[in-house]
Amino acid sequence: MDFVLSALDYLLGIPFLGWGMQIGFVYKALALLVGLLIFTAFILLADRKIWAAVQIRRGPNVVGPFGLLQSFADLLKFALKEAIIPAGADKLLFLFAPLLTATLALAGWAVIPVNDGWAMGNLNIGILYVLGISSLGVYGVIIGGWASNSKYPFLGSLRSAAQMVSYEVSIGLVIITVLLCVGSLNLNDIVLAQRDMGLAHMIGLPQLTFLNWFWLPLFPMFVVFYISALAETNRPPFDLAEGESELVAGFMTEYSSTPYLLFMLGEYISILLMCAMTTILFLGGWTSPIDLPPFTWVPGLIWFFLKVSAVFFMFAMAKAIVPRYRYDQLMRIGWKLFLPLSLVCVVVVAFILQLTGWGWHGGIA
Amino acid sequence: MTLPLFFFYLFSIIAVASAFMVISARNPVHAVLFLILVFVNAAGLFMLAGAEFLALILIVVYVGAVAVLFLFVVMMLDVDFAQLRQGLLQYAPIGVVVGLVLLLELLLVAGSFVVSPDVASTAALPIDGAIDNTRALGQVLYTRYVFLFQGAAAVLLVAMIGAIVLTLRHKPNVKRQDPNVQVGRKVSETLEVVKVKSGQGL
Repeated sequence: MDFVLSALDYLLGIPFLGWGMQIGFVYKALALLVGLLIFTAFILLADRKIWAAVQIRRGPNVVGPFGLLQSFADLLKFALKEAIIPAGADKLLFLFAPLLTATLALAGWAVIPVNDGWAMGNLNIGILYVLGISSLGVYGVIIGGWASNSKYPFLGSLRSAAQMVSYEVSIGLVIITVLLCVGSLNLNDIVLAQRDMGLAHMIGLPQLTFLNWFWLPLFPMFVVFYISALAETNRPPFDLAEGESELVAGFMTEYSSTPYLLFMLGEYISILLMCAMTTILFLGGWTSPIDLPPFTWVPGLIWFFLKVSAVFFMFAMAKAIVPRYRYDQLMRIGWKLFLPLSLVCVVVVAFILQLTGWGWHGGIA
Repeated sequence: MTLPLFFFYLFSIIAVASAFMVISARNPVHAVLFLILVFVNAAGLFMLAGAEFLALILIVVYVGAVAVLFLFVVMMLDVDFAQLRQGLLQYAPIGVVVGLVLLLELLLVAGSFVVSPDVASTAALPIDGAIDNTRALGQVLYTRYVFLFQGAAAVLLVAMIGAIVLTLRHKPNVKRQDPNVQVGRKVSETLEVVKVKSGQGL
């Protein structure tokens, strides 16, 4: 009985009403999910608006003021349409694939600290968890492409599988470079390390926190991570998995209605996850850029989502400006450019840290 | 203690059931997907045993990369499973023998800790509960056994290069692109501006 009660307390506790010791896990998860989904809705709109602005169009501007409610209208449209399953499809896997994509993308957010210590699970190996979740993301694409039992989706899924596996390697090496400087796999610690040490402290101006962040000392890695994140999430200019000019819509060709919505949602949430990872690894997470009053009054949560939005703006601009890469060019950059570059960087950074004794050493001084 | 026990049985039952499905599924792609389910559940068991680093490495390396390539190959090749299945009964005794030997060995290893608890103290590197998993593995692999580790890495590298050397074929008469040449091209080498008089042509 004790076990059941403690489990209920953990999940559903309400300390304010005199029952339970902590705020229930379910409520925290719900708050994160709802907040994230609303944020995603506006990010989707922002993506379309930025794209339109670059092409001197207006973009969606009919539903709500300035088209702000467009994403919600789209949600209703997708949810109310009829879901069509092709006759030759593997029915179970066909429906399982979008579910997997959306679930995994949301699960990745469980360890992201949106403020100091504000994570659903403050894991000691948080960064490995995110890496694991994002490497599982490829299954949604492969299974979806195969289960559709159709040529274009299959080709799209094969392309995407090779692409995502290739770019995971350089993402892993970039993460290792950051971890060498931090000495801990905890995402919260990675942000704390960027607050407590770095260039600003060295030049005697600790208020200029933005000089501390890893984007400056590890600038090449920042660029490699940004481009690899584009490729890992199948964003343009690396959206060969869907490449509408040659593959109709890639692995999503046969999908309609809610399954398509789930694919779309999963894709955008994992893009946001990658933006959040860039923020945490290179842009100081929730810390304010300048450690002085007007900036420190803004809560960390706001800073975090502002930075995520800024990184997403770079993603959206890349989509609007850069033409799509050819598949062999994509593979060439991944294996022949990024892999050696990041490998050399790991060795050089390890060498420098060993010689100078710099680094955060997991906060153990 | 109840919750970990519950999850232990949950993960184990799913792992064993999907392991059985790997060999009994009719569709090869389904079989590989069940194999991936086994990996994921094994990672869950690692997590319960307190080896969280190993659990996530299992996910990243096996599920995220190796199994993807495996699935890739199975999807691309048109494997006739009925043909593969024909020899199943013929090879079953060998499989049973291998399984029994493995079971016996596992029982010997696990049993020795139960029969005489001081066996645990003879471990070359006893587990230090004070430091976390990642640090402990790092100290063993990269500090204590660094040369053996480097040796293993060198063997793997040689194997990889060997595989590439054996399979790489340079086809003659294939047009290849060299991005450096393409980028380094000048306007004067490729373009010529010609004034053409109207009605004359070139």
